[in-house]
Amino acid sequence: MNPLLKSIFSTTFLFSVLRVATPIIFPALGVAISSLSGSTNIALEGIMLVSAFAGVVVSAFTQSLLLALIAGIAAGVLIALILGYFSLKLRADIILAAIALNLFSSGITVFLLYIFAHDKGVSSSLKSLVFPTIKLGVLAKIPILGGILNNQNILVYIAFLSVIVYYIIVFHTPLGLKIRAVGQNPDAASSVGINVVRIKLYALILSGVFGALGGLYLSMGYVSWFGRDMTAGRGFIAIAASSIGSNMPLGTLLGSLLFGVVYALANFLAPINIPSEIIQVIPYIVTVLVLTIYSARTAKEKEVGEE
Amino acid sequence: MEKFILKYFNLIRTIIAILIGFVISISLILLVSKDSFAALGYLFLGPFGSVSRMGNIIELATPIIFCGIAIAIPFQASQFNVGAEGTFFISAAFGTAFALIIQSLNLPGFIYVVVVLAFAGLMGALWGFIPGFLKAKYRANMVVLTLMLNYIAYFISIYLINYHFRDKSAGFLTSYRLPDSVFLKQIIPNTRIHIGFLISVAAVFIAYYFLYHTTLGYEIRMVGFNFHFAKYSGIDVFKVIVLSSMIGGIFAGIGGMSEVMGIHRRFLWQSLPGYGWDGVVVAIIGRNNPILIMFAAFFLAYLRIGGQVLNLLSDVPYELVSVIEAIIILLITAEAFLENIKYRITVKEAEKEVFKNESPS
Repeated sequence: MNPLLKSIFSTTFLFSVLRVATPIIFPALGVAISSLSGSTNIALEGIMLVSAFAGVVVSAFTQSLLLALIAGIAAGVLIALILGYFSLKLRADIILAAIALNLFSSGITVFLLYIFAHDKGVSSSLKSLVFPTIKLGVLAKIPILGGILNNQNILVYIAFLSVIVYYIIVFHTPLGLKIRAVGQNPDAASSVGINVVRIKLYALILSGVFGALGGLYLSMGYVSWFGRDMTAGRGFIAIAASSIGSNMPLGTLLGSLLFGVVYALANFLAPINIPSEIIQVIPYIVTVLVLTIYSARTAKEKEVGEE
Repeated sequence: MEKFILKYFNLIRTIIAILIGFVISISLILLVSKDSFAALGYLFLGPFGSVSRMGNIIELATPIIFCGIAIAIPFQASQFNVGAEGTFFISAAFGTAFALIIQSLNLPGFIYVVVVLAFAGLMGALWGFIPGFLKAKYRANMVVLTLMLNYIAYFISIYLINYHFRDKSAGFLTSYRLPDSVFLKQIIPNTRIHIGFLISVAAVFIAYYFLYHTTLGYEIRMVGFNFHFAKYSGIDVFKVIVLSSMIGGIFAGIGGMSEVMGIHRRFLWQSLPGYGWDGVVVAIIGRNNPILIMFAAFFLAYLRIGGQVLNLLSDVPYELVSVIEAIIILLITAEAFLENIKYRITVKEAEKEVFKNESPS
């Protein structure tokens, strides 16, 4: 077999697909749940950044993973709450408010990084922790699956669990039912006594929790430090991943995995003599194509120019 | 007084938003700086410290003005096209390549400049066509599309410059130097303010005229004001969405090329410079009105230069400026911010009117 193909169909490749897909699965679920409630949340970029930062700083100063986890989630939810307050209460356009919050998160994390670590690039001077990896022991001997899953970070597992949690919240809880009702027809939902604003806020908070886990994975699992603007557009890719999957749990997971495959492929193809720009551009072109095809399919119900 | 407040309510609201942004940034400086008084001086007075710094404000404002207009035109149609960033970049890259390719024609300076700028504008329009068309035809989400296209523009541009027009003798990754005849000349000595600034000011008035005094401009605003009304009154929404994207692209494209021809004289960016996002910021502060956008761009450039001076001379990092910007945008976009006050004044004014009319009888 061609050595390139061989390396693509190896367990190391699939291992890295899961690794790179995880920081997309989390924010994609975050985008999906807010989209179901009818808000386009493009602030996941900022949510992930502040959580990644808060996790690193708190773990460095307290040496406690639990406190880091709590701080990271709290930071992400705080950004989601600010977004909710401005878009729902003060009637700011949610897209513009999210752009402002992304700018805010990018600025405040570098600002505070400089204050805490006296560095404006990375937090390597801080002794921060990472979340543990899962050793499967005997189970690691299972062919293929063992190789893919052994030594993955615990947050990789939690990402897949989150997809199930998302499924349960959306389809098997009263809150999920209300979120879907509000998203489909806010007036109808309101007429049966659902507090539309409150439900949308709950959806945004959940979105903040998912995004925060993604941010924590980036700085305390994927790598072991915080770097300025380290989300590198994943919060935006997440929007594409969730739209590919029509905000449904399995679809969103598959959409995120698609990006995982393309990114992992870009890394695997790098040693070959193809300019890296050409490989790196692939996921973005795929997003545009998939988004267009997906929108064209569902467009019939909408009018020209409507979002 | 009340009438004055009602008349200039939006302006007053913007100023209050800016003041709140300042108050928060001053508190942050007081909190973190060892010499906060000096730091405040650097941030707010630093930009006026010398002719060259004041020149820096204008230099920095120039690309932001172009991008602000590029963002404002689709925004006026309620199309959240945030693609100015990528359009600016790819037009500058292809414009540089084009200028280098036609170098051998030895065109006279003026014509050379016009041809290259026109090419960059055309490139911008073409790049703007992609999201406009995909949105209008297939209803793809404009924000996500343009975010992705920004990355695509980046990679294509870097590939073009680094693999085909790279000046290997330069010692760093950059394109070949443009010929002198295509430079946009400096207009004020001791600064780098160049003819591109005059073009940007002209662009402001052209865009203003276009939006408020032409049929297409009216249709763009109408689609943004009330989509369904526009549609049912016979406006071709498809055309408006595609053209607003393309026309915005022209401004971003010319802006990108003018920056190359006036400041760097070669294509030396290796990462996205961020002017497109600055364009979003000034479009919001200037409420999509080109003339107000120009002032917003000066304001933003002033803040940025202040931030640079602050970063250079004190212990407070530059990123404070992003925090100020974010707070200002949040407050300006929050429609309900200060609405109570407006409501109360309106009621009071109305009561006064009624009282005045009733009292003589």
